[in-house]
Amino acid sequence: MEHKRLTLFAGHYGSGKTNIAVNYALLLAGEGRAVSIADLDIVNPYFRTADSAAELEAAGVRLIRPQFANSNVDLPALPAEAYSLVQDKSRFGVMDIGGDDRGAYALGRYVPFIRQENDYRMVFVANFCRPLTRTAPEALEVMREIEAACGLAFTCIVNNTNLAGMTDAATVLDSLPQVQQLSELSGLPVWLHTAQQQVAEALKGRLAPVLPMQLQKKYFDLPSHKPENRPLWG
Amino acid sequence: MAQRVLMKGNEAIAEAAIRAGCRHYFGYPITPQTEIAAYMAKKMPKIGGVFLQAESEIASINMVYGAAAAGMRVMTSSSSPGISLKTEGLSYIAGSDVPALVVNVQRGGPGLGGIQPSQSDYFQATKGGGHGDYRMIVLAPASVQEMASLTVKGFNLADKYLMTAMILADGTIGQMMEPISFEDVEVEEYEKPWALTGTNGERKHNIVNSLYLKPDELEAKNFSRYERYKLVEENETMWEEYMMEDAELCVVAFGIAARVAKNAVAAARSEGIRVGLIRPITLWPFPSAPLLKAAEQVKGFVSVELNMGQMIEDIRLATQCKRPVSLCNRCGGMIPSPEEVLASIRKAQKGEF
Repeated sequence: MEHKRLTLFAGHYGSGKTNIAVNYALLLAGEGRAVSIADLDIVNPYFRTADSAAELEAAGVRLIRPQFANSNVDLPALPAEAYSLVQDKSRFGVMDIGGDDRGAYALGRYVPFIRQENDYRMVFVANFCRPLTRTAPEALEVMREIEAACGLAFTCIVNNTNLAGMTDAATVLDSLPQVQQLSELSGLPVWLHTAQQQVAEALKGRLAPVLPMQLQKKYFDLPSHKPENRPLWG
Repeated sequence: MAQRVLMKGNEAIAEAAIRAGCRHYFGYPITPQTEIAAYMAKKMPKIGGVFLQAESEIASINMVYGAAAAGMRVMTSSSSPGISLKTEGLSYIAGSDVPALVVNVQRGGPGLGGIQPSQSDYFQATKGGGHGDYRMIVLAPASVQEMASLTVKGFNLADKYLMTAMILADGTIGQMMEPISFEDVEVEEYEKPWALTGTNGERKHNIVNSLYLKPDELEAKNFSRYERYKLVEENETMWEEYMMEDAELCVVAFGIAARVAKNAVAAARSEGIRVGLIRPITLWPFPSAPLLKAAEQVKGFVSVELNMGQMIEDIRLATQCKRPVSLCNRCGGMIPSPEEVLASIRKAQKGEF
């Protein structure tokens, strides 16, 4: 896989940006590269890159996060250190941008540097099982809103269609017409499909390239709501 | 495409509300339920509905009161401190006998508290919160799927009994994602001849009001309202039983605590402890009958709650204190692990409550 020095992940909230960003940073580190990852989410106080701090540190990935991330202080402030990502060209950089157009505003201040260096991928993460991006035109709308907010155009698409624990190969394969249509509507190539390891295994020979996700941050081990446990009122 | 969608609990509430025919949402943002407002802001303009971010919680609940009086399916949502601000309006809505859906995605308290999940508004939801004699139907979802199905159920019940239905969720279920479907959505529609829809000069004025200055009139209003509440208690109590058939111990938990407790019950069973779970789905009306029945069968109860012990009082009342009830709790945004619940079950097994 060919890498750019900077990789920026943006998309609808809950599309899987953080998880992919963390997995991609680990992949770069695994290939022996010096990597920094920056959490630029100023919108959502939950589900942060910093949730994977231990795994990232163990892999030698430098984590740049807002001072108040995971502190329950709901304060939209960016760390000064985030500039090192665009300015220190000796390291690979991964940016995890906050959800929707509101989250993407935070990226704007780094855009002049990113453009000047011109060695980046601006990745649109799409999950066609998410309610507000069920179709290619809906996803395109989110794409355009984010571009307008941050002032940087997307350069490629990552298909992260999944139903969490219920995902199987068919879930991903069924999304391909929408992925294809989004690619045509936007004129952007599909860079990757992503899937949890088992699903990626099942997709071998049927879809490429697939990035197997090693790390899926889980907060709770909850029993699923099985039909036989349906409440008495049916 | 698959029929299922991957949704956050908050989004599931918003989508279910739209499918239930809600076209009026009035709210004010607060973590951890802001996705409900964000979803409504995105969707309502596309379907001819109203999304309005009010200047405050107090304004938004009174907009709900107004739209409900006009016969609309209407809702608001907030989190703990915001619900406190809305309680005056909740009392007025109850005193006027109009239907509304109110969502509380609870966070830790009291005061501003924190933004992590909690169940510490149990008293506020089930015992009133606002002033005066009134009840709300309180629904406690334990999954993202139930966030959707209980939202629809809540609208149906509110219209049927002319009262507020409250979804009492917590930050975890609000934020977590699960694949869900909307295939089972069953929307009931009720005539609203009392609604303020304009007389067209063809009928007498309808009046929606909570002011009754003559004490005998106010008393009669309250008496008749409680007759209606009695019907709710008789017909609409909901709960789930898990492994109760041969149980010697009974865990009682609702919402996210019940999901954790279910893990612990399964683990205890594998150790040979005969334990089951009763999960109240309606917190009001409280499932007193199955708990009283369980009291004849089990040697004691374990109440698992994300608060300092609130539902435990209703368990004691329901079981007429026939058996001991112990408390397994965390609060302030902390959630008990299945191991912590299992430890409480083991203690109860030894007779320690």
